[in-house]
Amino acid sequence: MTKLTVNKLRVDLGRKVIISDVSITVALGDWICVIGPNGAGKSSLLKAIAGILPSGGDMFIDDVNLRGLSHRDRACWIAYVAQDPIMPPGMTVFNYVLLGRTAHLKMLASESHVDFEVAHFVITELGLEAFLDRDVMTLSGGERQRVAIARALTQASPIILLDEPTTALDVGYQQEVLELIDRLCKEKKIAVISTMHDLTVAGLYPKELLLLHHGKIYDAGKPDQVLTRENIAEVYGANIEIISTNGMLAVIPVRLQT
Amino acid sequence: MRTATARRMPRWVWAISAVAVLVTITLGVCVGAVYITPTNVWAALLGQFATGIPSISEAQETIIWQLRLPRVLLAFVVGSMLASAGCAYQGTFRNPLADPYLLGVSAGAGLGATLIIVNSSVTKNFYLPVAAFVGAMAAVSLTYFLGRSAISGRSSTALILAGVAVASVLTALQTLIQQQNTDVLREVYSWILGRLSTSGWSELLVIAPYILICSYVLLRYRRVLDVFSVGDEEAQTMGLPVSKARGAIIVAASLGTAAAVSVSGLIGFVGIIVPHILRLISGNSYRTLLPLSMIYGGVFLVLADILARTVLAPQEISIGVITALLGAPFFLFVLGSSKSGSIS
Repeated sequence: MTKLTVNKLRVDLGRKVIISDVSITVALGDWICVIGPNGAGKSSLLKAIAGILPSGGDMFIDDVNLRGLSHRDRACWIAYVAQDPIMPPGMTVFNYVLLGRTAHLKMLASESHVDFEVAHFVITELGLEAFLDRDVMTLSGGERQRVAIARALTQASPIILLDEPTTALDVGYQQEVLELIDRLCKEKKIAVISTMHDLTVAGLYPKELLLLHHGKIYDAGKPDQVLTRENIAEVYGANIEIISTNGMLAVIPVRLQT
Repeated sequence: MRTATARRMPRWVWAISAVAVLVTITLGVCVGAVYITPTNVWAALLGQFATGIPSISEAQETIIWQLRLPRVLLAFVVGSMLASAGCAYQGTFRNPLADPYLLGVSAGAGLGATLIIVNSSVTKNFYLPVAAFVGAMAAVSLTYFLGRSAISGRSSTALILAGVAVASVLTALQTLIQQQNTDVLREVYSWILGRLSTSGWSELLVIAPYILICSYVLLRYRRVLDVFSVGDEEAQTMGLPVSKARGAIIVAASLGTAAAVSVSGLIGFVGIIVPHILRLISGNSYRTLLPLSMIYGGVFLVLADILARTVLAPQEISIGVITALLGAPFFLFVLGSSKSGSIS
């Protein structure tokens, strides 16, 4: 596999058009981040690609048409981590991560030794060994997010969709999770599409940004091309200043009156 | 180094469970109008296969083989089915309040049974279970059909709401028929509250195939029930065909429940309380919860039946009264004494 191509994606909810005419191409090792104000359709876009929201338009992985695939085959290509993943009370971290193997098992089969090995490998890789037997309900926000990512990695699909992976996290946890995603992209050659609402953070890690406005692509490209004063003023209706130091961007809100 | 396996129940749990099953079944056969010692019970049970066991009277042998054993086994099978169906419903709907009667089984069976009871021209022993079974399956099918098509939206809530609606309509019909025929009220109520009276082995043999198959299917789905616990959307992105899997679980749980209800009436609380007590002890993974529910649902109902037969002997109390009267306080006690109290 080399790339995922989404062409002219469209999502309708009732009579309302949530997403229209959105085309994305993401290659292995790339991280594309979808930004945009509340209600711009960021989450809907990821859900449509994940196949849990009905949509129109084409979706291909190289020559494979995702539209024709079963849930299970699709899950072998694309994993999805929800904005606030449901943590089933009473389930251990290991058993939760192991659920990621579902796509590789026949519906009524039980896990084999290989599945246990994969789950263990991912848990070790992400430094979660200490949590193995912990109840997932008792995890902190940052731990939850890492455990959910571990579940997605156990699914062993080349594309991972992450909906707001850092939203509820403090800056330290945020950094931890973002560094992890960055490392997975680069080392494991995983393609990542995430959404994010913190613009400074969005400018920091992903390779490419996609600015969504009323369900359409308003601008796309490298972070410094997309994160401009004009774009943000137009789409977010916000008055901001972009500060650039050592090739890093910071988006600073500016007070209207002082 | 730690071996790479999912956390499983330790072996001793299954050993204790096996002992619990043997002890309660033995107890169930011993206790009754005539007390029979456990030794004699086992002598009767093994008598055909072994020699050198003290012989027992023919009367005792008849009581054991024709009266008590079929009834005890029926109680076990019914309890096992109700508890595992409740457990499966709770898992697939992610709803702790789900019980085997969630989708209208009870109302359908109740209506079917009432129709037969008021109709004095038919042979009740034969038609009552058939009508209850047909009513139950018709009600669940209606619920499933309405929930899937008439109510838009793909959430399982639609199915539960359809169940509520179907149940109210069927219960209203049943009440109407009941009121037109007040002379049979007693009989209708005795059926609704549940009863485990047997005539030899026939009831058990009729429902056993259904319950065995349904239990087997549910057991095969126990890993899938764990996948359901992350919610429909995430489960689907993990590759679970959510509607198909839920459909299969509902069919198996409802068919098994309908079979159980057809001979036992509407025994309440087993399907909801037994899985929840086990949750507090063994955790929430359906890999262990489902088999344990099968075992202890059976054990619970055999014990409840012993009480139903003996407390006001020679009169029998409806077993549904016993399960509610004892089950509910016991559940509250376990809930109160468990530190975590985590119920999903």
